[in-house]
Amino acid sequence: MPTEEFSIRKYLRDVPLPFCPGCGDFTVMDCFLRAVYELGYKDLHDFVFCSGIGCAAWIPSPHFEADTLHTTHGRSIPVATGVKLVRPKLNVVVFGGDGDIAGIGLSHLIHAARRNLDITVIMVNNMIYGMTGGQVAPTTPLRVKTTTTPYGSFEHPLDATRLVVAAGASYAARWTTVHREQMKEAITDALKTKGFAFIEAVSQCPTAFGRRIGLKTVGDMLTWLKKNSIPFTEAKKMTENELVGKIVVGEFVRRRLPTLTETIQDVIKEATRSGEAS
Amino acid sequence: MPKQSSSPPTTHFWQGNQACAEAAITAGCRFFAGYPITPATEIAEHLALKLPTVGGTAIQMEDEIASLGAVIGASWAGAKAMTATSGPGFSLMQENIGYAFMTETPCVIINIQRAGPSTGQATKSGQGDVMQARWGTHGDYTSIALSPNSVQEMFTLTIKAFNLAEQYRTPVVLLADEIIAHMRENITVPNPDKIAIINRKKPKPQDKAFFGSQEIPPMPAVGEGFNISVTGSTHNEHGYRFTADQTIHQRLVKRLIDKITNNKDKITDFECHNIDNCEVGLVSYGCTSRALYELIDFERKEKTKIGFVRLKTLWPFPDAIIQRMAETAKTILVPEMNLQQIFYEVKRAVEGNAQVIPINKIGGGEMITPEEITTKIKRGTKHAH
Repeated sequence: MPTEEFSIRKYLRDVPLPFCPGCGDFTVMDCFLRAVYELGYKDLHDFVFCSGIGCAAWIPSPHFEADTLHTTHGRSIPVATGVKLVRPKLNVVVFGGDGDIAGIGLSHLIHAARRNLDITVIMVNNMIYGMTGGQVAPTTPLRVKTTTTPYGSFEHPLDATRLVVAAGASYAARWTTVHREQMKEAITDALKTKGFAFIEAVSQCPTAFGRRIGLKTVGDMLTWLKKNSIPFTEAKKMTENELVGKIVVGEFVRRRLPTLTETIQDVIKEATRSGEAS
Repeated sequence: MPKQSSSPPTTHFWQGNQACAEAAITAGCRFFAGYPITPATEIAEHLALKLPTVGGTAIQMEDEIASLGAVIGASWAGAKAMTATSGPGFSLMQENIGYAFMTETPCVIINIQRAGPSTGQATKSGQGDVMQARWGTHGDYTSIALSPNSVQEMFTLTIKAFNLAEQYRTPVVLLADEIIAHMRENITVPNPDKIAIINRKKPKPQDKAFFGSQEIPPMPAVGEGFNISVTGSTHNEHGYRFTADQTIHQRLVKRLIDKITNNKDKITDFECHNIDNCEVGLVSYGCTSRALYELIDFERKEKTKIGFVRLKTLWPFPDAIIQRMAETAKTILVPEMNLQQIFYEVKRAVEGNAQVIPINKIGGGEMITPEEITTKIKRGTKHAH
């Protein structure tokens, strides 16, 4: 633990934050930078941040005083792949929303987990396309009304955390913006993980989601998140039906597997020694 | 100590795609990301074998969108990087090509053309992506695209593609075709000290403007302490977003276009034969242009003065040399394996000073034969007189 007191400003550029009042992105940004602080980083020089399109993509870019690559919609993970493979010593962190990471960019998430690419992906899940004004997302609960599902969504929401566990991630955890301490600890663990680490931060969007589901204030949304959260260990005792509409929170997986950069470095060592594959 | 190049300077009997892959390594490429697609796959296979021996990485991504994404990330991490694909994959890459243009990310995209649209004829040659290489992504931009017509040029123009990408900080397309990529020819690999290699301009420690102030700004890599802000949104010279300001948008987009068009004469490259004194001119490129050399015999027999321009650079388009040919040529023929793409560029360039006649053939990988061209020449000259 560093001796100097935590100050979020030390990690930020002097650029006004774009988020709506009450947005959960403030909380996720705060949890992340506190985790970085507690790991002993005085600045973000050892980090590279990649993000795509959507509100959560603005958490690092351009606000973090660091190298930030703000990419095309959904493609932050491929760009992070190129960065990490060329500069394996840097900590590469991806921020994105559920639309960016689990919608348009979903296949990249699965493949990065499968490859066990040594990066941390923080997916802020507000269950809606917030920046474009509240359209249905792959994470929107069944029958919830959005601007593109005015009669209620027809679709079942995606559980991105369980998906990355199945795909081969080394670390995966889900917490909500109500669980600030747990989220900060989970981000600390994710950053320490060798291999693919995934954090799903279930978050409130009072502007484009809360008021559409009858939750008029940020407080109402946070209460709703808290009430619906079920710890991972308890959820194990519940049936699938009992878990519909619930948010399972906690650590889903933690394991040590060979990482992509480790394997590639081994291949390069062998190939430079022998000249060529036989 | 990793080797700089995987092949000694000598004569080889290589496939076009192999020459391209070897040239990439010689040019300094140390990162490749791609997705299998006919007729470009051999480039990925060869680099997968060779790049690790020089300390580089070749990775097969989940699709072509991810491939160019990884290449862009690798380039910002400081590596020379490329991908290789064909029409369907080139279509998927268009959004990230725009991103590379807007963020001034040097990278090379090899497009081995096949017959399109859509899946088309996967194993058959075509030249239908010429306009896509110019206008494929959305918004105002300009591009650099090179067109090799031999295995030797798959080597030299791949190196040139890297040099132009590094020098002008922009994506460069090597627009080859299935015939040039899959045929085998003798190729001479020059001594490494005879090959000019250009590397991107790096910033000085006090530099802060990586997206403006100069026509081609210096480019840092991530992890070098510059705290770079890279974005595909409209940005100022420091990389900060200005998504509503008219002046900043116009200044940025105009500079990105100007840095290429202002250097058009240095970028454009072509081969000429007898252009100052010809009655009949020909303009061609890629596999189709190989028929042009056969016409020199025809010229001797028929006593028709024939001149040709064989384009090595399709974009930017070299108007001046076409105009020079039109000073004496009454007729200019444009053979190409598409349904008139460079034809309209030639027509625009000659400004009515010559009659421009298209010669087109698509499908089945069938090339335009010298006889088909000479028939048109006979008909065309008759018509012109």
